[in-house]
Amino acid sequence: MFNDTITAISTALGEGAISIVRLSGSQAIEIVDKVFKEKNLHNVKSHTIHYGHIIDPEDNTLVDEVLVTVMRSPNTYTTEDIVEVNCHGGIFVTNKILEIVLTLGARLAEPGEFTKRAFLNNRIDLAQAESVMDLINAKTEASLKVAVNALDGRVSNLISDLREVVLGIVASIEVNIDYPEYDDAVVMTNEILKPQIQNVITKMDEILEVAKTGKIIREGIKTVIVGKPNVGKSSLLNKLMREEKAIVTEVAGTTRDLVEGYINIGGIILNLIDTAGVRETKDIVEAIGVERTKKVVNEAELILLVLNNNEQLNKDDEKLLELTKDKKRIIIINKMDLDSNINKAKLPNYLETSMLNDDSILMIEKEIKQLFELGEIKSQDLTYMSNSRHIAKLKSARKSLGDALDSISNKMPIDMIEIDVKEAWINLGEILGEEVGDNLINELFSKFCLGK
Amino acid sequence: MYDIIVIGGGHAGCEAALAPARMGLNTLLVTANLKKVAHLPCNPSIGGPAKGVVVREIDALGGEMGKNVDKSQIQMRLLNTGKGPGVQALRAQADKVDYPKNMLATLLKQENLTIIEEMVDDLIVQNNEVKGVVLENNEKYYGKVIILTAGTYMKAKIMISNETWSSGPDNDKPSLNLSDNLRKLGFKTMRLKTGTPPRVAIDSIDYDKTIIQPGDMYYHAFSYDTTEFRPLDKQIPCYLTYTTEETHSIIMQNISKSSMYGAIEKLESKGPRYCPSIEDKIVRFADKPRHQIFLEPESIYIPEIYVQGLSTSLPKDIQEKIIHTVPGLENCKIVRYAYAIEYDAIDPKQLWPTLEAKSIKGLFFAGQVNGTSGYEEAAGQGLMAGINAALKIMGKEPFILKRNEAYIGVMIDDLVTKGTKEPYRLLTSRAEYRLLLRHDNADIRLREYGYNFGLIDERRYLKFKQKLNKIVTAKSRLEKLKINPSKEVNEYLTSINSAALKDGITPLNLLKRPEINYEHLMSLLKEEVRLSKAEIQQIEIQVKYEGYIKKMMNQVEKLNKLEARRIPEAIDYNNIPNLAIEAKLKLNQIKPLTIGQAGRISGVNPSDIAILTVYIETYRSKHE
Repeated sequence: MFNDTITAISTALGEGAISIVRLSGSQAIEIVDKVFKEKNLHNVKSHTIHYGHIIDPEDNTLVDEVLVTVMRSPNTYTTEDIVEVNCHGGIFVTNKILEIVLTLGARLAEPGEFTKRAFLNNRIDLAQAESVMDLINAKTEASLKVAVNALDGRVSNLISDLREVVLGIVASIEVNIDYPEYDDAVVMTNEILKPQIQNVITKMDEILEVAKTGKIIREGIKTVIVGKPNVGKSSLLNKLMREEKAIVTEVAGTTRDLVEGYINIGGIILNLIDTAGVRETKDIVEAIGVERTKKVVNEAELILLVLNNNEQLNKDDEKLLELTKDKKRIIIINKMDLDSNINKAKLPNYLETSMLNDDSILMIEKEIKQLFELGEIKSQDLTYMSNSRHIAKLKSARKSLGDALDSISNKMPIDMIEIDVKEAWINLGEILGEEVGDNLINELFSKFCLGK
Repeated sequence: MYDIIVIGGGHAGCEAALAPARMGLNTLLVTANLKKVAHLPCNPSIGGPAKGVVVREIDALGGEMGKNVDKSQIQMRLLNTGKGPGVQALRAQADKVDYPKNMLATLLKQENLTIIEEMVDDLIVQNNEVKGVVLENNEKYYGKVIILTAGTYMKAKIMISNETWSSGPDNDKPSLNLSDNLRKLGFKTMRLKTGTPPRVAIDSIDYDKTIIQPGDMYYHAFSYDTTEFRPLDKQIPCYLTYTTEETHSIIMQNISKSSMYGAIEKLESKGPRYCPSIEDKIVRFADKPRHQIFLEPESIYIPEIYVQGLSTSLPKDIQEKIIHTVPGLENCKIVRYAYAIEYDAIDPKQLWPTLEAKSIKGLFFAGQVNGTSGYEEAAGQGLMAGINAALKIMGKEPFILKRNEAYIGVMIDDLVTKGTKEPYRLLTSRAEYRLLLRHDNADIRLREYGYNFGLIDERRYLKFKQKLNKIVTAKSRLEKLKINPSKEVNEYLTSINSAALKDGITPLNLLKRPEINYEHLMSLLKEEVRLSKAEIQQIEIQVKYEGYIKKMMNQVEKLNKLEARRIPEAIDYNNIPNLAIEAKLKLNQIKPLTIGQAGRISGVNPSDIAILTVYIETYRSKHE
């Protein structure tokens, strides 16, 4: 009875070893089947579990090793087809899978929406109706707020501006159509349209790039700890790992990155890479080689460079300082309880810590937020999810414009191309939570002098 | 006692009277002036983007406008030919004498239809049900259903600068009492305004200074049934000229004398943005050096030219000054001055999508009285009101066109769901499924309905069915046949600038190439072209734009699921907990028939819709 397929992460994010992305609706099987590598899920029996991998349809890379449960209508919770993707509990992977199914046409479920469907499809009896109503009403408001507020201010402005540009293109085509004899509007042709659309696509790509700041909150920061032996790397790592919220999962090989542990530090997820390097007892620069260090540093988004207060800076320290100078890094001068022999004048800025107590962790947290311009993070799982929604919408908008370009090269008439451009405009509006309404008509009459 | 009484003989009234009469119901048309039946008081053209498609839709459903234009046109053009099929539209210059004359003849010939020349002053209403009409002379006529199509006549006032007087369009007699009586019945009315440009003497124009705008040199028809055409060389051209800097400076010097810009302070009415006066254009688009002026012939019998683009409410002496600054019009003689007209209309949100009033049973409204602008919009509503009035009497299900079925459906849904603050004009931009609402497929979309109502006879229906069959058969053949990459085939393809084939291909897939048309396929298959132009066009559109059509159909499917979820009429929105206050107000006012319609009301949010959906399900389970 519902026409769309809804999806949500149905486990608490980042807290368990396994996360579940659940889909309900007529397209649930079709959507997951598109990205499930091993089997055709259309053919499997109901209420069965299947082992395999989820691939990213954008570049065909492996996202995660998963177990997929297929439950067919009507004997399911919502009475619709339900597919559950059991993946590894990391935020990155879970969100990535959610993002993929959103891009393929599922809609992010409102809080309580699975229950709502269960009720509406007569799965739950009438006695429960009132409480279901309360649940939905209480949560809808929260989710709507999140949908609009969770959007990073800068991105929101960029999207707004972009939407104006797209609306301008649509209006220019529309005026040609509704007023074919009106001579003050440029006659839009595919040749004029092409660079304009390309321009918007470029900007969208930039925004997707910029949106990575938001992504950091969602997906975490790829972090590496470097420093010569005996400066306190291991104690830093251990201290971080011992943090109450710290989660370490051994899922190397199933994601695209060699993430070896997740640390939740004040709401920010640090994805630690190359912890092996840290645990190495030998001098990493000498033993593992400069090349290896370079590679690790390159890959990381954040470098925690640990120095020893008690020693002068040597060649290795300087090499590491040089290697990381263009990266986002936090220089940590450890062992402040010992005599200071380090030449601090040479260092750009740094944190001073001692045996990495709780204050040190707070200092590091503050520094990270500053480095990544994250401000005050109040993020709960809702924020992460709506960000996925925004990214999925922006990607859909971008895809529509890509379709428009394809149609231009296929010599489609301008009014067909406008269908794609309008679609992009609608998608962008959905990011901002704006209604389509009469905007277009208003634009037409404010921009062009039309009439008899 | 009549089945149906139609008040007003304009474009809405004519269709509203003809449809029920043709469906066998005893119908009375009351018009204040028989000479003004189907009169064209403003521009002499019918059709254009969106509007032209409406004329086709009217014809497909069995209405009269298309046929009448075909009989009365003096020039026709197909617009937007350089663009895709979704936006092409016909426009005709209609002869202002022939059009009303031909329509009146049709009305007079129509069985079951009585026409009287009288002014209606009041309605007879008992227990919120309409019973009849009261004429100016107090005479009463009784009917089961009344369709009110008062156009721009209710409390109409004409304005030229600061002069205003009570008058309908073209100095016709206005209706002085009807809107007061509607207000007494509880209807909310609004004051709207529109205008018309000056007419000049046909022989006082220097055409050498203008650009000729001839009609197309091939035959066009609005109606699917037209077989006789006006000879192409007998078409009358239009002419194009422009305003000058001098025009603009005279207007700016005299702007305070415009009724719109201060001459009349208490002007409350709202004019349409798409019919701005020339002073409005110059104020709002100050940087534009010139504006287009189209000179359009009014009729072959009247030596007058309609000056499209010079709509104004400036005083007569200023109108003279302005018009003489336009190249070609330096020495022209104004035969009739431009004027603005202000009138009462009802808020269309008070109507069901059938165009029946929510508060008074059996009372339908159609046309400009509902706040629309344009002949085509009026006729489309008239036809729908007529059909629905007849269906109501017959005890049949109402006829509501969906947004994906017709521009008429888009228009009525917009009117009753969103209302309007200015005279509503159809634009292709208003239709979200524009590609499906083409002028070439109006018959495919709607003819079946017309046939079921008895408005399309067997012969015409059979012709339509044959056309459909031919299209389906031809298409499936193209899907089965194969064209192989022989030397001959590839030479032919190269000769028409199409890439040579490497593998065999079905003709259907080959047709997807932009440069390939149906005739090319027939050459390749060594077959004769046996289909008509219209049939070929259908096949080409269906094949070439398949991807986009599918995209639209997917969207339509979603819409239709929401439209299928009906809201029980007895529902009281005040009883729904947690619904936003604004949503409660709006929903109580509009009383949407479906969840889909509810979602289109501005101010009703997705969360309100979710709550409403849940409530309805609970409500159903309790009441069924």
